[in-house]
Amino acid sequence: MKVTIDGQSVEVEPGTTILQAARMIGGDLVPPAMCYYSKLKGSGGKCRCCLVEVAKGSDADPRPMPKLMASCVTGCMDGMEVNSKNSERVTEARKSVTEFLLINHPLDCPVCDQAGECNLQDLSFEHGKSETRFIEEKRTFEPENIGDKIQLHMNRCILCQRCTTLADQLTDKRVHGVLNRGDHAQISTCVSAAIDNEFSGNMIDVCPVGALTDKTFRFKSRVWFNKPFNAHRDCDKCCGKTTVWMFGNEIQRVTGRKDQYGEVEEFICNTCRFDKKEVSDWTIEGPKVFNKDSVINQNNYKRPLEKVIIETEKNILLGRDEDRVKISMSGVPLKNSNK
Amino acid sequence: MSIQQISLSGRKMQVSNKEMSFLERIYVWTILKGLWTTLKHLFKRKVTIKYPEEVREMSKVARLQHMLMRDDQGRERCTACGLCALSCPAEAITMKAAERKPEEKNLYREEKYAEIYEINMLRCIFCGLCEEACPKEAIYLTTSKKIVASGYKRESFIYGKDKLVMPLDMAIKNTQSNTIQ
Repeated sequence: MKVTIDGQSVEVEPGTTILQAARMIGGDLVPPAMCYYSKLKGSGGKCRCCLVEVAKGSDADPRPMPKLMASCVTGCMDGMEVNSKNSERVTEARKSVTEFLLINHPLDCPVCDQAGECNLQDLSFEHGKSETRFIEEKRTFEPENIGDKIQLHMNRCILCQRCTTLADQLTDKRVHGVLNRGDHAQISTCVSAAIDNEFSGNMIDVCPVGALTDKTFRFKSRVWFNKPFNAHRDCDKCCGKTTVWMFGNEIQRVTGRKDQYGEVEEFICNTCRFDKKEVSDWTIEGPKVFNKDSVINQNNYKRPLEKVIIETEKNILLGRDEDRVKISMSGVPLKNSNK
Repeated sequence: MSIQQISLSGRKMQVSNKEMSFLERIYVWTILKGLWTTLKHLFKRKVTIKYPEEVREMSKVARLQHMLMRDDQGRERCTACGLCALSCPAEAITMKAAERKPEEKNLYREEKYAEIYEINMLRCIFCGLCEEACPKEAIYLTTSKKIVASGYKRESFIYGKDKLVMPLDMAIKNTQSNTIQ
């Protein structure tokens, strides 16, 4: 089947959605997705961020679809023509969707641990307005403790239901669900029992906002001060392929390896994620590659850095030894430091 | 034009060995001329001041020592988001965040606060980008009105929260003046 998106054609299998076809082409025309997650069956169709305009239904029925379609749940038809980035209507609709998503989302990015790798931040950066028209009070929930590994901030949740889909898919018994309806809807552990499944930590990776964050990483550092490295270890429960986020010689956080759409390649187990924080536990493969303009890429270098040897008289460099001593933040000694 | 004649300053003059006249040879006239210049300057406005007893008036927007602000209720505004450190072109700012305990609600405004906040004044170039980046209006270079003092040790230029946070009496004064209005 041949599909044309923004003037670019691609051959796809029957049953492919428009979003998947767009990702095959890649580039600017890929619609943003907050709820669709390719690794989760049955996800998508909830956030309406990925709306596209279908200008021609198919070769058999060339009429355009009257309304904008959610590309993550709309299947491709032969000869379909889709406008994504090119369409004024789509841009306007995405702008409105972003505004709706931000209605109840608190503006606490300076506090939030997800800031810097947040899908909603990216979305509002591209499609959002810089001001708000919402004057009512945002909905708030009582803080709830759902265990000592995962931190739940219900106020930040945008109800994409990725985490509940993940719980359905990975866990044997359902412990995590959406309660209530409409404005009162919230995700919660149904009996407020802690999630003790071995793969429950993946909810953190799956969450597009800061509603579910790593409690062992809570307030430790900002995302952009950490250097991500691809690492692996022998794990009997999962694939063991992860990204470790380092600050100096200290591993502060372990996550799954995310691709360019922020989706993990493979789910990892809780032992890898929460318990293995020593450098000796991991075989480090090399720095993770990021987009040039990503905030995570700030102060990180893709090129291998060679040690610079300055060939000059020893006396000239005498003052440098003094500088090498850690004088800033002596209250926090460097882990594995020599001195 | 030869290289000898090129003058970058435009004040290059050719030295002449002209023979001096009688008036010039007795030097008295030239000395008097010089003394007259000195005498004139005695009655002119002085260009120097007696620092440190006297301090020159600073511009209102002069960027001097940083100050971590407190809000109207005396709570620290900084939430250790790290944007100042990120924006700092000299990489002078370091910080460590901590979680606020329930009994510290009157000390810190947000649920996260800076446990350690340090600025290396030797690295700082006082560009004010940290002030621009701050989303919480927590850091200002214009309120303290203090010039960073000199010192003998490198360690003494690393300013922690003890030197940077707004003093309490200033916060109290601010609160009072804000409530009167």
